[in-house]
Amino acid sequence: MAHGDTVPMPEAQRAGGIASLLRSQMRNIAPFLTLIFLTAFFAIASPSFATIDNVGNILTQVSVTGIIAVGLTFVILCAEIDLSIAAIANVTGIAVAYFTLQESYVNIANVPMPGFAAILLALALCALLGVVNAFGLTVIGIPSFIMTLAMMQIAAGISAMLVRGQIAYKVPPVITTLGSGSIAGIPWIVIVAALMLLLGHLVLTYTRFGRYVYMVGGNREAAEYSGLNVKLILGSVMVISAVCSGIGGMLGVAHFGSAQQNEFDTYLLDSIAAVVVGGTSLFGGRGGIGNTIVGLFVLGVLNNGLDHVNIDSFLKILIRGLILLAALVINVYAQRLRAKAAD
Amino acid sequence: MLDSRPPLLQLQDITKSFGGVTALRGVDFTLRPGEIHGLVGENGAGKSTLMKIIAGVHTGFSGRFLLDGREVHFNSARDARAAGIAMVHQELSVAPDLTVAENVFLGNQPTNALGLVQWRRMAREAAEQLKRLGIDADPMSRLGDLPIGVQQLIEIARVLFSGARIIILDEPTSALSPPEVERLFAALRRLREQGTGIIFISHFIEDILLISDEVTVFRNGRKIMETRAADTSKAALIEAMIGKGRDALEDSYTHDITLPAPPVDKPIVVEADGLSLARNLKSVSFSVHAGEVLGVYGFMGCGQLELARILFGKLAPDAGELRVSGERNRFKSTADARRAGIAFVPESRRDMLFLQEPVYKNVSISILDRINALLLKPARERTLAQRQVEQLQIRPADVEIELGLLSGGNQQKVALAKWLSHPPRLLVLCEPTRGMDVGAKSDVIQIVRQLRDQGIAVIVLSTEPETVLSLADRVIVLKRGEVVREFAGETISKDRLLEAA
Repeated sequence: MAHGDTVPMPEAQRAGGIASLLRSQMRNIAPFLTLIFLTAFFAIASPSFATIDNVGNILTQVSVTGIIAVGLTFVILCAEIDLSIAAIANVTGIAVAYFTLQESYVNIANVPMPGFAAILLALALCALLGVVNAFGLTVIGIPSFIMTLAMMQIAAGISAMLVRGQIAYKVPPVITTLGSGSIAGIPWIVIVAALMLLLGHLVLTYTRFGRYVYMVGGNREAAEYSGLNVKLILGSVMVISAVCSGIGGMLGVAHFGSAQQNEFDTYLLDSIAAVVVGGTSLFGGRGGIGNTIVGLFVLGVLNNGLDHVNIDSFLKILIRGLILLAALVINVYAQRLRAKAAD
Repeated sequence: MLDSRPPLLQLQDITKSFGGVTALRGVDFTLRPGEIHGLVGENGAGKSTLMKIIAGVHTGFSGRFLLDGREVHFNSARDARAAGIAMVHQELSVAPDLTVAENVFLGNQPTNALGLVQWRRMAREAAEQLKRLGIDADPMSRLGDLPIGVQQLIEIARVLFSGARIIILDEPTSALSPPEVERLFAALRRLREQGTGIIFISHFIEDILLISDEVTVFRNGRKIMETRAADTSKAALIEAMIGKGRDALEDSYTHDITLPAPPVDKPIVVEADGLSLARNLKSVSFSVHAGEVLGVYGFMGCGQLELARILFGKLAPDAGELRVSGERNRFKSTADARRAGIAFVPESRRDMLFLQEPVYKNVSISILDRINALLLKPARERTLAQRQVEQLQIRPADVEIELGLLSGGNQQKVALAKWLSHPPRLLVLCEPTRGMDVGAKSDVIQIVRQLRDQGIAVIVLSTEPETVLSLADRVIVLKRGEVVREFAGETISKDRLLEAA
């Protein structure tokens, strides 16, 4: 269109039919095919994989990642990144334990409080860290990659100072229930993750704010020239991301049964991988919670399935890396196909 | 000027389709050595498609392509370059972080026996070449630090002095000031004397008539007319381009225009008082009444872009104040300006459109907070968008279609439509008709006039005198960040405007 002389040809686009539809939907189709392929592969390779029990295992295993990935989806849709998610999850989980009365053998100088106060303080802490991220990104103008890298260290530092190398075990009862209890055979943590994913989806799809997120991610300059408060929207997604991480961290601590330093380290890569493998564009504006859910299952099936097929555990790490690389290739390639289709 | 040698380039019976749409039908085109061949036609007429075939960008087409009388087949733009065909695209494609000299020699820097770049030689030769275009830039300065018009000239220089035998220039003059255009033309004439064939595409018919030997007109993928430039006129070319005369068009090209008396009885909508910004603006003051179009004219770099961005809260002035309906405003963001009733269309429409999104989401984005509280109401959005699409005659009239699939003129209309569902108090338009074909131009002029008649205050900022003359009721002229002249209630012409700037 740039040279103005291209004949507008919506008819031609339609005539292109299924092939062009497939190409433009590549980012949604590829992750889904990957999921089906992996599931079929493990189901054939291992008799213990395709069982009801194991489906429950997979759901439980991806829950904490899922909760964190909800907020991260917002951030990546805006073409930003949040590297502090795992560290914020960790510090929030530690904080809620820090404000809970521990057994006498736990050697932490903590400040016991009623359960609701502990939860509120922990939530306030993660929201505050999110606000600091937002401030650095929008007011000072530090790229999110660097800002959240600093926040990762800051949150890790707070964690370290709170527990001082010790391990806390107790969290408020409601958190214990949500993190490790179950109702009618369904773990609460799965229900919470499902509800948060649903809420994230509803916000992104049906609210004005959600539309703004997509528009800011699609073309930030255009959003600004359309009179949107781009900084407010960017700041908001950073806070949403931090709060989702915080909730994931609190439930995660209950789920693992302990709160300690570096407990969530693997969740940084897993959450980013879930969002990106699912097909949400790293360039912003495309994708959503639906993609993140598919991405979560791809990772969940992969991690779980590899345990069932008796592979060298070091090789597993390599395989995960290769799958992530393949997803990145598809992600970038899908963006290029779209750009070509729109030209 | 034409010589008897065989044509440099001969295209015979070229037909090119994209998916079921035919972009070129049976087109013949000939370029002789030492000829400047002007191409005109509305957007979508097929000019760029033909040029992309010549430059090796489009490869699948039917018809014969002869170079020096011999048939050739290019598989890529690389092949075309190797055959001595070079093209300057409409959009700037320079490397702003490299030096001026590096940009001039991009891709073929002079090297010594060891393969090392000969910096001194490169700088000297670049400076010599640029002098011939009248550019006195330090060859070792960073290109991005120079004004945009100079950058464009340097990009043109790169192609002009590349030794190509066929040079295609697509809208080369749109960002240049009149003296820069003159220097470009002088350089083109020198190349013509050396036997280079030049194809010159422009919406500026005057430029075409001034520089071309031969002019070809395209319409709907066909060649409509080919004539010697000396034997035709602007009116004849325009008629051939659009097929019939149009009133609004004639208005927009009228030479003398009598401005109406300023509407002193109408309330002042926006008042700027002593706006200053770094080196760009020096104490700029003006006011706009309801139902009035204020034209702001000036050459590239006169401070227009900065002024427009201050009005929309994108830049904060160092000094001075802005009063909207008498109230002093300090916009912290573009959102503040929008809420104060100010609408803005930047000079590059891509900067305000979401090409990947459907038309209706583009139209509704700036009024979402007026039609929805928390939850979106997509049905309402579509209805509002549909109304705008029909009112502005946007084609195709489908609000679900991805905006990127619309033609440039229709995209520009969508950029306007964004602001019309909830009419603003002040509409700021930067270069509203730049790069548009005559038909779309006249549509935009009609739309702006309708808005003015509804009582909206409009500020039109442009470097094209025609744009300002065809739209404005009152004109201020900016020069190096200062208001140097105001035209109100008098007769003005393009000459007087240019003179003032």
